[in-house]
Amino acid sequence: MSKIIVVTSGKGGVGKTTTSASIAAGLARAGKKTVVIDFDVGLRNLDLIMGCERRVVYDFVNLINGESNLKQTLIRDKRVDNLWILPASQTRDKDALSKEGVEKVLKDLMRDKFEYIICDSPAGIEQGARMALYYADEAIVVTNPEVSSVRDSDRILGILQSKSRRAEMNQSPVTERLLVTRYDPERVDTGQMLSVNDIVELLAIPLLGVIPESKVVLESSNQGRPVVLENESEAGQAYDDAVARLLGEKRPMRFLTTEKKGFFKRLFGR
Amino acid sequence: MKLLEFFRGKRGDTANIAKERLSVVIAHERNKRTDSSSSKHAEYLPKLKQDVLDVIRKYVTIDEEDVTVRLDKSEDRDVLELNINLPDHAA
Ligand SMILES: Nc1ncnc2c1ncn2[C@@H]1O[C@H](COP(=O)(O)OP(=O)(O)O)[C@@H](O)[C@H]1O
Ligand SMILES: [Mg+2]
Repeated sequence: MSKIIVVTSGKGGVGKTTTSASIAAGLARAGKKTVVIDFDVGLRNLDLIMGCERRVVYDFVNLINGESNLKQTLIRDKRVDNLWILPASQTRDKDALSKEGVEKVLKDLMRDKFEYIICDSPAGIEQGARMALYYADEAIVVTNPEVSSVRDSDRILGILQSKSRRAEMNQSPVTERLLVTRYDPERVDTGQMLSVNDIVELLAIPLLGVIPESKVVLESSNQGRPVVLENESEAGQAYDDAVARLLGEKRPMRFLTTEKKGFFKRLFGR
Repeated sequence: MKLLEFFRGKRGDTANIAKERLSVVIAHERNKRTDSSSSKHAEYLPKLKQDVLDVIRKYVTIDEEDVTVRLDKSEDRDVLELNINLPDHAA
C-alpha cells in the first residue's frame, strides 16, 4: 500500500518545499521507496532544492498528457537510494492539473510499488493546492510561528476536512500533523514569537515536529541538498526526528529551548 | 517590574497578543465553516440573520455582530440557535 502525504500550508514561503525534500529524502534513507512530486505548476523549484534541475527532461504535465511514461519522467536521486523526483511543469496553464490526470499518475506510482508519495503543494487555496491535497491520506501542515501563517494553516485544515477525496467520499479523514518550522526559541523566550504550545493549542492537531530557524537550510538549498542529509545540523536532526515519528517511532522534541545565557551575556548581549 | 523584565530579557509580550487575536479569528472562521457546511441544507441562514437584524433594529440599535445564527444538526432534530446581544441601555 502506498501512503500519499501532502505537504501544505496555505501561506507561501513557510518551508513546504524544504520540508517535502527532507521528508522524502529521510523516508528513502529509512529504506522506503519514495517519490516526491512538485505540484507547483509554473513555479518549479523542488528540482533545485533536490539538486536535479539539470536532469529534468519531462514533467508532471507531460506524464498526465501521456507524452512521456513514468520511467522517462521520474528522476532518480544520485545520493539516496529509493528516492525519485517528479518535477512540476513550467506551463502557464493554471488548470493543467485535473483530478483525473493526477489520479492517473498516482495510480501508476502505486502500481510501481512506491511506499510513500510526497506531494509538495503550491501556496494558496486554488486549483494547484487543491489538487495536491485531494488524494492525500495524510497531511503535514507546515506552519511558521507567525499570525498569518497560523491562520492560513487553519484555513487549509478546513479544506482538508471538506474538499479532500476522503472527505467527499465520507471515508476516514485525512490524518493531520503539524510541523512548526523556522522556530526561534530565543524569540519565544522573550515573548516576541508564538510558542509551539500556543500553535498546537490554536490549531488543535498533533505535532509532528519543530524545525528551528537555521542558516544551514539556505546553505543546503544553495547546493541542492535536502537539509535532512546534514547530520550535524540542528535543522537536519529535527527533520530526521520528524521522519522517524512519521514512521511510528517515539522521539522527544528537541531544540525548543535556548541554552541558558550567562548574566553578562544577558546584560550586554542584546 | 521593568527591571525584572530587563533581567529576564522580556521585551513586551507581543506573542500573547498574537495568540489572543488568533484564537478569536480562528474560532470565528471555524464557526463559519461549520455553518456553511450545514447550510448546504440551509442556505436561508444569512437571509434569516439579515431579517432578524432588520426587525430588532426597528426597536434597538445593534451591530451586525450582535446577532449570531447557528444551525446545529443532530440525528433526530435540528436546533436553530439565535443569539441577540442587546446594548447595555437598550432604549
Ligand atoms: N528552518 C528554516 N530555517 C531557515 N530558513 C528556512 C527554514 N525553512 C525554510 N527556510 C527558508 O524559507 C524560504 C522558503 O522556503 P520554501 O521551502 O521554499 O517555502 P515554500 O515551499 O513554503 O514556499 C527559503 O528561502 C528557505 O531557505
Ligand atoms: Mg514551495
